[in-house]
Order: sequence, then structure tokens, then C-alpha cells
Amino acid sequence: MTIRRRMIATMLAAGAAFGVSAQSSPEAEIAKYREALGAGNPADLWEARGEALWKQKRGPKNASLETCDLGKGPGVAKGAYAEMPRYFADADRVMDLETRLVHCMVTLQGFKFEEATKRTFGSGTNRSDFESLAAWITAESKGVTMNVSLAHPKEREAYQLGEKMFFFRGGPHDFACATCHGESNKRIRLQDLPNLTEKEGAQLAYTTWPAYRVSQGELRTFQWRLNDCFRQQRFPELKFASEASIAITSFLARNANGAAFNAPAIKR
Amino acid sequence: MADPMRIRAAERDGVVNVKILMSHEMETGQRKDGSGKIVPAHYISKVTATHQGKTVLAAQWGPAVAKNPFLEFNFKGGKKGDKIAVTWEDNKGATRTDETTIN
Repeated sequence: MTIRRRMIATMLAAGAAFGVSAQSSPEAEIAKYREALGAGNPADLWEARGEALWKQKRGPKNASLETCDLGKGPGVAKGAYAEMPRYFADADRVMDLETRLVHCMVTLQGFKFEEATKRTFGSGTNRSDFESLAAWITAESKGVTMNVSLAHPKEREAYQLGEKMFFFRGGPHDFACATCHGESNKRIRLQDLPNLTEKEGAQLAYTTWPAYRVSQGELRTFQWRLNDCFRQQRFPELKFASEASIAITSFLARNANGAAFNAPAIKR
Repeated sequence: MADPMRIRAAERDGVVNVKILMSHEMETGQRKDGSGKIVPAHYISKVTATHQGKTVLAAQWGPAVAKNPFLEFNFKGGKKGDKIAVTWEDNKGATRTDETTIN
């Protein structure tokens, strides 16, 4: 009896071990697939377009964005994204990249807010300037260590609001961000869900956006990722450049501190 | 006007490695839009790569190639500083040529 029981136990253990290895091998295969795709990441095309847009004179004031201050001085893009969102004294508020770009389009190029934010996400041939600009600006931070500051009271305020939002349950599904992203080793279908409450998960998630989504044939920004999460939660639409949008970005960006920024990436 | 290609060419031990990223919709002609109408096929049908004016690669493509295609190939005989030009032509007759130098 005991022998038989032990045999069953051994078989179960072997079965469990097999289950684990069978589960980790598709992930390894996906990692290989990502690596193979990485060599010719079409995000490059968006980067080139973004750089051209940055230098192009546009808007009622016929000005380029080359004097736009992303926090490292006018026109400096190198490493700027790794320190965003941050407090900007000239606007007296915390801004993420998109909000700052809108700010520059309004103040430097003379666009109206509504004009500047008309197309925040692109599809097909209707490309979004934000996705192109974000591709280039984030690429200028590739390899830079994430270092989002909470020194200013408004930065702390944004972070705390973002944290609250992350755990706030609501909507018809009674969902919070934490419902999907609060535990390790969870997935939706075959997609691994990063645990954003842990350093490793937060770093991996934040430092790999923007990304070229092969399934969509589009470059998608972190802002897009947030909006799609909100849609999946059946939350009200996350308003572009809103306080809520900046707050949740601040929370997630800060949690990624210490990791090397590694985007634009490529995802399935 | 189509977006520029990204071309990289590097020479190592007499072999030149060329990486090309093209910006193109590559519509197969088999998809339908929201109103049920077929989205017309629009894809790159011909790709030519030249080294100092001499063709080193010629390809005929079809709708099975992915959107924003990536093409990589090697050839012998190139030197650093030589010119590589790549041209694509799509089924609607649009064409684009971009150049780079081998480094």
C-alpha cells in the first residue's frame, strides 16, 4: 500500500515537473521569436519619421520642436524619457512625454490643444505624430537607467494618485489594474501578465514600451497600452494628457527605476 | 509619397551584410473593410538591390510578405565606402529608391 502510494506520488511529481517544463518552453520559444524579430524592428521606421517631425517647421508659428524642453534643457532628447514624468516649472505641473509634447506644440508651434491632440493613436496610413515622436525620443533613452524623481511635492502627489488608481476597483467588471497585474505568473490566454507590484515586473513592463506590435503592424506607445488596459477593464476612456493619465504613468515609471530603458521594442 | 527605407550595410571579411527595412502596407487584397468591401491589394512586387550600379539582388514579391517588410542578405565583393541602392516597386506602380554606403 505504502509502496503503491509512493509510486503514485513519484508519478505525480514527474507529471508536475513535466508540466512546468512544457510551460516554460513555449516562453523560451517566444523569447527566441522576439530575438529573431528584433534585428529588423520596424519601429526604426517610426523613429526616422519622429526625428524628421521633431525638426520640421510646422504649425501657425512655423516652428520646429527643436527648442522643446523635455526636462534636460531645450532640445535635449538624450536620456530625457528615462526621467519622465517629471515636474516642469514653466507649466507648474507634472508632465509625461505626451503631455509635454502637446505643451510644446501649443507654446512653440502655436497649435490649439484640440488640433494637437486630434490623432493620438494611428491606424494604417493615418499615422499619429505622437507615436512617431515618442518612438524617436524614447530611442534616445535606450540603455539609460530609469531615474524618475519624486523630489518635488507635485511629483509625489502624482505618484500617490497613480498608486491609488492602480488599486482602485471599479467599472462594470469591478476591475482594478491590480486585478491582472497584482500577482505573479498570471496570464491572459498566452500573454504573460507582468506583476507590476514587484520591482522586476514593473521594470520589465515599463522599459519595453513603446513597441512595434507585429499583430497590429503599428508602433504603440505606453500611453496606448494604458488606454487599452482601461478599455479592457471597461473603464471610462483615459483622457490624453489628463491628470489621471500622468498620475498612473508616474506611478509605473517610478516603479521601474533602476532598470535600463530598452525600447522601442518589438512585441507579438 | 512613401516613407524612406532604412538600409544598413556592413562589410566584414569580404562579405557585405545588408539589412533593409521598408515602410509599406503590404495589403493582400483578401481583407474586407468595415462595410464588407474588399480592401484592394497593395504590395511590393519587385525589389532590386545594386552595388555600385550592378545588381546584386533582384526579387519578385507577392502579397504573402508581411507589412513593413525586413530583408537581409549577404554578398561578396563590396568594400567600405561603396554605394548600395535599393529600389522597390509596388503593384500600383509606385516606387522608391534609397541609398547608403557600406561601413
